[in-house]
Amino acid sequence: MADDELMIGHRNSEWTGLGPILEEDIAFSSIAQDQIGHALANYGLLNEHFGEAIPDVIAFSRNEKEFHSSQFVELPIGDYAFSLMRHFLFDHAESIRYDMLTLSSFAPLASLARKIKGELKYHTLHADLWVKRLGQGMEESHARMQTALNEAFPYALGMFEPSKYDDELKSENIFEGETALQTKWLETITPILERANLQLPKLPIKERMYGGRQGYHTEYLQPLLDEMTEVYRLDPAATW
Amino acid sequence: MTQSLDPRIRRADLEHAPASGGLAQNEHWETFAVFHQAKRGEEHSFVGIVHAPDAELALAFAKEQFGRRKKTVNLWVVRSTDIYTFQHEDDDMFATAPEKTYRDASGYPVRKRINKYLDDLKEIERQHLQRAS
Repeated sequence: MADDELMIGHRNSEWTGLGPILEEDIAFSSIAQDQIGHALANYGLLNEHFGEAIPDVIAFSRNEKEFHSSQFVELPIGDYAFSLMRHFLFDHAESIRYDMLTLSSFAPLASLARKIKGELKYHTLHADLWVKRLGQGMEESHARMQTALNEAFPYALGMFEPSKYDDELKSENIFEGETALQTKWLETITPILERANLQLPKLPIKERMYGGRQGYHTEYLQPLLDEMTEVYRLDPAATW
Repeated sequence: MTQSLDPRIRRADLEHAPASGGLAQNEHWETFAVFHQAKRGEEHSFVGIVHAPDAELALAFAKEQFGRRKKTVNLWVVRSTDIYTFQHEDDDMFATAPEKTYRDASGYPVRKRINKYLDDLKEIERQHLQRAS
């Protein structure tokens, strides 16, 4: 979860200075800040409760194979339609995931989920506004959004890649599971996309872009990591 | 031309990006005045304007521009064309108002009277308790 948020936060921040209008530039930057904040909070939980290293170390010194982010979030920003579509698909999934986690038996995670619900409410509100407008807008905007959706969807399904821990998490009431999440996600996004005149592609199972959770990534992750850790690696022990 | 140190700016290849000219036909957006409420129940204060194609998006933009930092519980956006106002030159209507001190409430010491009333109440309370005990 933290890895997903870290990667997509970094990608969204790449729009800073390049957004199509000022408010969108600020919006993507704010959303990126929120997402990196979520990553930090999650890494903090790992550090506090599971004996992992401090967040800076976890975030910046693992190698490519050790990251469990989905391949979806490491893809480059592409054109604005793609980033918006990724923003829409990702933030709805996160919103539902954290919603499910407010019921978790693992109390620190449940209270984190409650705390950030408001931020995610804005993320999805923002994404919905734009998807609706651009989908319903002129021919060009509609075509670009549909193309973006077609490209993004197989990767988006990679967010719900099942893991060998799913059953245990479910039986301990920590998290209901990726399958349940994916179902709720599809139920949520389908009506919104319909109102925006956009069609979800039908996908056979083998085209889902799985692998991220096990450490198998696209060729985009390593350059992203190199850039993200450039400053840290100059001197890992420095205080900033 | 020197290159930016920021790799994201280098990637964007701004030299070959299409030049931004004037506004296109559908880019003339209306302005909306934004009012910010810091604490529930308090007044909304005018904090600035946003340009947006419609009210919904204006609210989203207002959150970005004016709801990012300090405390916010709510925002209003009002289409600027819906705001009725006097003209600047009409401020002579208000010019002599400060002289009309008979309109102030300063001659009526309400706070003193309220405090006296509350003190009297407390005194009666105290006497009741004394008698009861």
